[in-house]
Amino acid sequence: MNIVVCIKQVPDTAEVKINPETNTLIREGVPSIINPFDMHAIEAGLQIREKIGGKVTVITMGPPQAETALRDALSMGADDAVLLTDRAFAGSDTWATSYTLSKAVKKIGADIIICGKQAIDGDTAQVGPEMAEFLNIPHVAYVKKVEDIKADFLRVQRMMDSGYDIIESTFPVLLTVVKEINEPRLPSLKSKMAAKKAVIKKWTSSDIGADEDKIGLKGSPTQVKNIFAPQAKTDRKMLNGTPEEQVEALIQELRRLKCLS
Amino acid sequence: MSVIINRDQCTGCEECLTSCPFDAIEIREGKAFINENCQICMACLSACPEDAIIETEKEETAKIDAQEYKGVWVFAEQREGNIASVAFELLGVGRKLAHDLNTELSAVLFGAPESGAQELIRWGADKVYLSNNPIFETFNDEPYSELLSSLIKEYHPEIVLAGATAIGRSFIPRVAAKLVTGLTADCTSLEIDKETRNLLQIRPAFGGNIMATILCPNNRPQMATVRPRVMKRGQYNENREGEIIPVKAAGISSRTMVLETVKEISDIFVNLQEADIIISGGRGLGNPQGFKLLEELAGLIGGAVGSSRAAVDEGWISYSHQVGQTGKTVCPKIYFACGISGAVQHLVGMQSSDIIIAINKNPEAPIFNVATFGIVGDLYEIIPLLIKKIKEMREIGKTANG
Ligand SMILES: Cc1cc2nc3c(=O)[nH]c(=O)nc-3n(C[C@H](O)[C@H](O)[C@H](O)COP(=O)(O)OP(=O)(O)OC[C@H]3O[C@@H](n4cnc5c(N)ncnc54)[C@H](O)[C@@H]3O)c2cc1C
Ligand SMILES: Nc1ncnc2c1ncn2[C@@H]1O[C@H](COP(=O)(O)O)[C@@H](O)[C@H]1O
Repeated sequence: MNIVVCIKQVPDTAEVKINPETNTLIREGVPSIINPFDMHAIEAGLQIREKIGGKVTVITMGPPQAETALRDALSMGADDAVLLTDRAFAGSDTWATSYTLSKAVKKIGADIIICGKQAIDGDTAQVGPEMAEFLNIPHVAYVKKVEDIKADFLRVQRMMDSGYDIIESTFPVLLTVVKEINEPRLPSLKSKMAAKKAVIKKWTSSDIGADEDKIGLKGSPTQVKNIFAPQAKTDRKMLNGTPEEQVEALIQELRRLKCLS
Repeated sequence: MSVIINRDQCTGCEECLTSCPFDAIEIREGKAFINENCQICMACLSACPEDAIIETEKEETAKIDAQEYKGVWVFAEQREGNIASVAFELLGVGRKLAHDLNTELSAVLFGAPESGAQELIRWGADKVYLSNNPIFETFNDEPYSELLSSLIKEYHPEIVLAGATAIGRSFIPRVAAKLVTGLTADCTSLEIDKETRNLLQIRPAFGGNIMATILCPNNRPQMATVRPRVMKRGQYNENREGEIIPVKAAGISSRTMVLETVKEISDIFVNLQEADIIISGGRGLGNPQGFKLLEELAGLIGGAVGSSRAAVDEGWISYSHQVGQTGKTVCPKIYFACGISGAVQHLVGMQSSDIIIAINKNPEAPIFNVATFGIVGDLYEIIPLLIKKIKEMREIGKTANG
């Protein structure tokens, strides 16, 4: 089974803030991490390999330093890693990103492609399903459990808003996974050392035969017009006094706002 | 297009360095330099006090004929034949957009009977494209995306909106990929730019720390998923009339098969994303029994129970209740945070709630920064009292009303 896992390096969003005066990002010392959902995607790939055999290739599209993310994935146990890096990829929106990734996946050849549910920088959750469309294969989003996997089909649970669906698919298929699916393993010291030395393939736009008009900013239908800070809450009210007084005050406030009857 | 530095204007003040989310600006020979990490996100443009960072013009791409695309469409999702409330919210905002564009508002409904289409008309749709084919009764990505994209190809709407729900976020991206057009995820505000007639799509990014306005100027339709519970519903008019256009779905196939739809059965389980009131508990509950107390309050005032990740990690409650960056994003009218410290990963999932009530022992807890009403105290004192007082209040109400 050829398994390809798509991972993204993201700033640890918890620490990205906007300067309300200048409307710019403050990002001093914010560390880069593998998108948390993608850690679960890697783990899911490794578990499938352990169950039915095969090879796990991790890929990422990003600037040269995204190589660190790939090495981290190798240290968890991935077999191979590909970095898609090219100035021409810059400015990609989800459409162009999924097109680019799909070209690389075609070159590698895959039976199962696994993505995280969403990347925590953009929070779009679109790249997985869009990529499936480019590859003309089915997808199942928000997979929380792989119930069964055989040589010619798999059965998974898809998390929905009020429960889950049980879905069967043929191969090739693309899955996006939620955090509930597994607990990502920690790399061993030995595998960390090996990952440090591993050779990582670097592919540019021409290596994957991408159409120039479909990549990067040029290939992106959407444009970011501007960014700004969310409005801060200014109407905070602390309710003081004894617990009785606090609760009484809360009830009064809620009744005033017609939220309680 | 790319971002460049006007070296004559650059004073080397380094103001721009930290504005870049991708570490793409460095100082070389005393001036700012943009390296190959640049993702052309434009975040640095406004950071420069000298206006020395400039964007070069985007080359004109083949313009679509925007004139050919008319009308605002709303994808109305149904679950077990019931139209999801987000569809009515989409009709609310869709009506406003259609008015600004002086065009029609239509809804698309799959796998529901004609009565569902009538309901959409009463909520504001001028037309409803309806397929009552039973293959659409349960949601399946491929059939849904095939039929919706073929309808869009046939009728050329200029805007297509869907709910940012599990269903919408799963299959709408396929539609956008097929149609070679942009899609903006999880919007919280939509407006029309009066000059260009383009749709301004506003959404949170970077875990809610930043808002972005997204445009899709050169492709049609302009597509967006919209966060549930953010838009106001349209006006309901029982006598409103509209047109129902039956659509045929022939030769639609799928490589995935939905074998079973399992409802998570739990007394307290309500779809968090649709709940008006959410009572969330965190590590401050101290034990799983704490959630029983929250459930009691929830039962009393008609709310759902949520949690922080810490409570999920402790095994006190299942993951489906988790609110936050790696859980659900919610936007109820009232959000109770009980024994939750307010880590940013939690805040991003709930800070757009209308009213936030924080109950925490620690007056310094960051949750108070986003709270509408803050109570410093022990939740095990406050909540039982609250339950008691609400019960008393209702008793009095009852006797007063005879
Ligand atoms: C990548 C990543 C993703 C994450 N995603 C999420 C996410 O989706 N959702 C999420 O919630 N977290 C998430 N977290 C975790 C987050 O950083 C915090 O660890 C978590 O939110 C803390 O939960 P808590 O507030 O319940 O616990 P704590 O931080 O331990 O806070 C407990 C609070 O309870 C108060 N307290 C104690 N006893 C009482 C009492 N009797 N009465 C009143 N108050 C009391 C204390 O003063 C304290 O403020 C994520 C972290 C990472 C790194
Ligand atoms: N640049 C990228 N390189 C590799 N994988 C990506 C990239 N962007 C997104 N993905 C994958 O797509 C998923 C969803 O991302 P997004 O649509 O950006 O929220 C992520 O969890 C990754 O698995």
